Parts: sequence; C-alpha cells; structure tokens
Amino acid sequence: MTNLPSKTIDKAQYIVCVVLVVVGAFLIYDALSLEAGFAKVDPVGPKIFPIAIGSILIVLAVVLAIAIPRGSIGEADAGEDVDPNTPGDWRTVGLLVGLFVAVIVLVNPLGWVIAGTLLFGGAATILGNRHYIRNIVIGAALAVASFYAFYSGLGIPLPAGILDGIL
Amino acid sequence: MDNLNWLLQGFEQAATPTNLMYAVIGVLLGTAVGVLPGIGPAMTVALLLPVTYNVSPSAAFIMFAGIFYGGMYGGSTTSILLNTPGESSSVITAIEGNKMAKAGRAAQALATAAIGSFVAGAIGTALLAAFAPAISRFAVTLGAPSYLAIMLFALVAVTAVLGASKLRGAISLFLGLAIGIVGIDFLTGQPRATFGLPQLSDGIDIVVIAVAIFAVGEALWVAAHLRRRPSDVIPVGRPWMGRDDWRRSWKPWLRGTAFGFPFGALPAGGAELPTFLSYITEKRLAKRSGHDAEFGKGAIEGVAGPEAANNASAAGTLVPMLSLGLPTNATAAVMLTAFVSYGIQPGPTLFEKEPLLIWTLIASLFIGNLMLLVLNLPLAPLWAKLLRTPRPYLYAGILFFATLGALAVNVQALDLALLLVFGLLGLMMRRFGLPVLPLIIGVILGPRIERQLRQALQLGGGDWGSLFTEPVAIVVYVLMAILLLTPLVLRLMHRSEETLLVVEDDTDQKEKAAQV
Repeated sequence: MTNLPSKTIDKAQYIVCVVLVVVGAFLIYDALSLEAGFAKVDPVGPKIFPIAIGSILIVLAVVLAIAIPRGSIGEADAGEDVDPNTPGDWRTVGLLVGLFVAVIVLVNPLGWVIAGTLLFGGAATILGNRHYIRNIVIGAALAVASFYAFYSGLGIPLPAGILDGIL
Repeated sequence: MDNLNWLLQGFEQAATPTNLMYAVIGVLLGTAVGVLPGIGPAMTVALLLPVTYNVSPSAAFIMFAGIFYGGMYGGSTTSILLNTPGESSSVITAIEGNKMAKAGRAAQALATAAIGSFVAGAIGTALLAAFAPAISRFAVTLGAPSYLAIMLFALVAVTAVLGASKLRGAISLFLGLAIGIVGIDFLTGQPRATFGLPQLSDGIDIVVIAVAIFAVGEALWVAAHLRRRPSDVIPVGRPWMGRDDWRRSWKPWLRGTAFGFPFGALPAGGAELPTFLSYITEKRLAKRSGHDAEFGKGAIEGVAGPEAANNASAAGTLVPMLSLGLPTNATAAVMLTAFVSYGIQPGPTLFEKEPLLIWTLIASLFIGNLMLLVLNLPLAPLWAKLLRTPRPYLYAGILFFATLGALAVNVQALDLALLLVFGLLGLMMRRFGLPVLPLIIGVILGPRIERQLRQALQLGGGDWGSLFTEPVAIVVYVLMAILLLTPLVLRLMHRSEETLLVVEDDTDQKEKAAQV
C-alpha cells in the first residue's frame, strides 16, 4: 500500500467512514433518550458530550469520504513481521476471528483449560505451524499453568467448566 | 531536601528482596518484549495489568518501571540487528546502527546503545525527581478550570502534533472519546451507550481496551501480512566498546539526553523529533572531528545520540504523568490505568496523597535502569536468539495471553467479546493508518475532561464564563490556539512546512501532492 502511486484510491477506507457514522449515530440516538440535566449548575448535562462526539464523528466521516477520492491514503502500519506490500491474507484473519468466537462461546461451558488449549493450538496452526500435536501440547501446558497461576497466585478463579473437580 | 528524604525512603521500599525480584522480572520481560517483534512495552504492561489485582502497588510499579525502560532498550537491539525498528522512536537508531552491525561492529553499536540508554535514563530520572514534585506542587494550586484547560491541551497536542495525518489522528481521538462515553453518567446516574447491559455500567474496562487495541489488533494485523521469509538476524557476541568508541560516544549521549528529556516532558513531544534532532546534530558536529564520512556507513555517534534521546524522552514523559496525571505516550497511558485499578486517582495530588508509592516508583526507575545495564550487556547474544522465535507461536502466544488478561478482569465472557470487537477495531486502525495513541488517550482523558468540565461549572454556579477566570487556563488556551494555528500560518507563509520536518512524515506530503 505504501508504495502505490498516490493516484490509486484506497476504496476500502470507506469502511472507516461507515464505522464512524454508525458509532456517531448510535451515540446521538442513545443520548437523545437520556433525561436532561436537572439543575442550573449543570448546564452541560449528560447529553452534550455524547451528542457532540457523535456529531464530530459523523463530520469526520464526511471529511474522510471527501478526502478518499482525492487520493488520501492512511499509511498502513509497518513492523518487524509485517510486510504491508503483500496483499492482505484475510482468510487467516477470518479463521482467527472464527476461532476467537468459538473460544468466547466455549470458555464458560468447557472451562479455560480446554478453551485456552484450543485457542493457542488453533491459532498456531492457523498461522502456519503444521506440528499439530506439538501445538496442542504447548497450548495445554500454557492453559493448565495459567489456570493454576491465576487460581493460587493471583486468587482469580478462571472458569473450570467441565473439568471442575478434576483441576 | 524533603524530596531527597522521600527518595531515600523510596529506595528502601524498592530494595527489598521481593521488590528487587519484581524489578528483575520487569527488566527481563521488558527487554524480551522489546526485542520480540510485534509486542512493545505498552502491550506488555497492558497484558500484565491483571497482576495489579493481587500484587502490592509498589511491587507492580517496580515491575512496570523495569518494563518501561527494558522495552526501550530491547527496541534498539531489534533496530540494530534486524534493521526493522519496532517503534517509531527507534527508526533513527536503525539508520546507523544496522550499518554498524553489517560492518561487523554490532557489539559496539549495542554497547553504545545500552550505555547511552543508561546514562540518559539516569539523568532523565534524576531530572524527573527534581522537577515532577515542583510541578505537582504548582499544579495542586490550580483550580478545576486550569486543570480542564491542561487536559484539553494534552488531548489536542497528542492528536494534532504527533502522527502524519491530522485527520486520522482526530478520527482516532474521537473514537476513543466515544468509547469513554459508555457507562453511567456520574452526575445524573443514567446509563449511556451501554446497550442495556448492566455489565457495562462502570464503562468498558480499560484493561480490555488496551489489550484489545495493542495485542489482539496487532496479532490480527500481523496475521494478515505475515512475512513468509524470515528476516536476517546479524549474529552478535558480547557487546563492548574500545577506547575510541567511548571517546566518540560520551558527548552524543549527553547531547541526546538534553534533546530527549524536554521533548518527552512536553505533552506533544514524543520521541521522534528529539531522536531526529540528535541525529542531525551529531552528523553536523561530526564534520569537526572528521568522522562525517562515516555517517550513512555506520557512525557510532548516530547510534549513541538518538538512543540517549529516546530514553531521556521516555523519562521525560513520566513528568506530566506523575505530576499532572497526564499520559503522553502509550506505555505511560497504560501505566496510568494501573493506578486507576488500584483506586489511586492520578492527578496533581498524587505526590501529596501517595508520596511513598511515587518515590518508590522513581527509585525503582533508577534501579531498573542500572539492572538493564548489568543484565543486558552479557545477555545480548541471548536476546539476539529470541529474534528467531517461530512466528506462529509468538502470535498464538500473544492472543492467548491477551485472552487470559481480559478474562481475568471480571471472569466474564462478555469481556472476551469486547476484546474481539476492539481487536477488530485495532486491526482496522492498523490497516488504514489510524494512530493508536490518540484513541487510548481519548478513552482515558475523555471521561475525566467531562467530569472536570461539569464540576468546574458546578463550582462556578453554571456560568460558562467561570471557565476562563484563572490566568493559567487562559495561557493554556492561548498556547493551544498557537499550536493549532502555527502549521496553518506556516503553510500560508512558506507553503513548504514539510521542509521543517524532514522526518519520514511523507503521508502528509503525499496527500498534498495528490491534492495538487
């Protein structure tokens, strides 16, 4: 993205506009349902901040929407392991998000140990490591170790799930 | 001399065996994550925030202090050995540092970076100890209107001055402010933007936001663009410097420190400008000593100066954080949330209310700084090996610990869902070049600004004019106007503002070029 000639228009940026409008509109809608401030000494009241922030978000969305066709591009983050010039591998991202959703759903019924194992093993596999067994074993070791570290070390009981009683 | 007394007490607190152990953990962890690609000190402190639930405040802050300085040091190792700076502040170090490493002088480059960081860190921390209490004493005399003005100034400064695109900085900032709205309105007790979820009435936990934006967002972004070919790491032995290297390094260290600290202490200083200034100064001065031909081929001055500037600026950012409660870089912002999770209100009263804790933190900055030097010189070959960590494990590990950290906050699955949502936001921000810092600052300062504004108005009987009664407030508003208007005026006068900032801020230029 960084090396493209500046005439290229990065149309995906309209996603940012949409996010800004949605967040802004929600803030305004939500603020309108609030009761106004009750006292003269609080001229700001609970509404003004969300309404102002929401409106500015929408204004920024419009400004960005005008700037995009004129060739305004945000420079994608570079980094040690990031090669912004390659086309995005959105399949990997999608798989990771799917895995994450599974973990969110499963963490309470199955418990942290199983969900954590799944998360680490799954993520390492999705990111391209083909040693499936080793991925799962490392994940399980991390999950069990963190479960006990949080339980006895920090006094935070992570959900034990179906392994309750065994752990 | 009262401060000196407090500082000694701070050392007493920090030097207990347990706390020293935390310092060692912090320093090692900080360096490791600074070296590892993808994780920076801000993300590490964010991932470690759960320890604040069970570890004493002084131990936690000692560890964070170690991470703070360790992360800076680790970043320079990556720049020198890999030529891929993890943070914008070590971009300049990579210019000469990597050239030195390629010329077989990696050991000297690492040594001058480490010793320079130590010198700058020690001087910077001493200046912090000298100035922060005085500033805080002054700040407590200020009323709500002045404090409101200062917070607004920090917000404007971070957004408008740092970063390449002001539009994108503003977008980040207002997204952060929007996130800050979520929760119960403190004056009228009504839930705002909570989607009717009672779990959100206290607002979205800052730990979840920080971990999501820094860790999950980064991991997802890397997943989309993972380099398939591994980078070349230049092998290195134990860092050392010859007599000539010392002779050429000590002045750049001191000059770098002089550049770095004031910039760090300013709300919009950052580390990019001082490292760059230090670099061009050294380049210019090298003409006198006849070393200027080496610049561009690996001049030791070009590593020593910027690296010292970087560390001194890191120490400088702690001045507004401890004396005013204003975070101006990402790590300071996350450390500030640690104060909040201990129920300590950050702000000008910190030195009065929690003197022992603050002085322990300052003392542990000295200790951590020294430890870094002692541990890191012999450990450098080990850190270089760390650069070869298989990437799938590294990023799977980041996701794992991010989830663990977010889950530990309240042990509820909702936080994990928020983690994913904000992680995707972080991904979007990286993809479209939206800077992360304004968002975090917005989340932290937004609610405090609203509270301060409404409290100031309450004290002033609801009269808007009461906001402009204090001289300090007026001065700050004037400064803010100057800050916002200067680039505009410069642009009108020269139409070549970019010649003033030759740093790699080329997006702005590209934008302008595209508009012509």
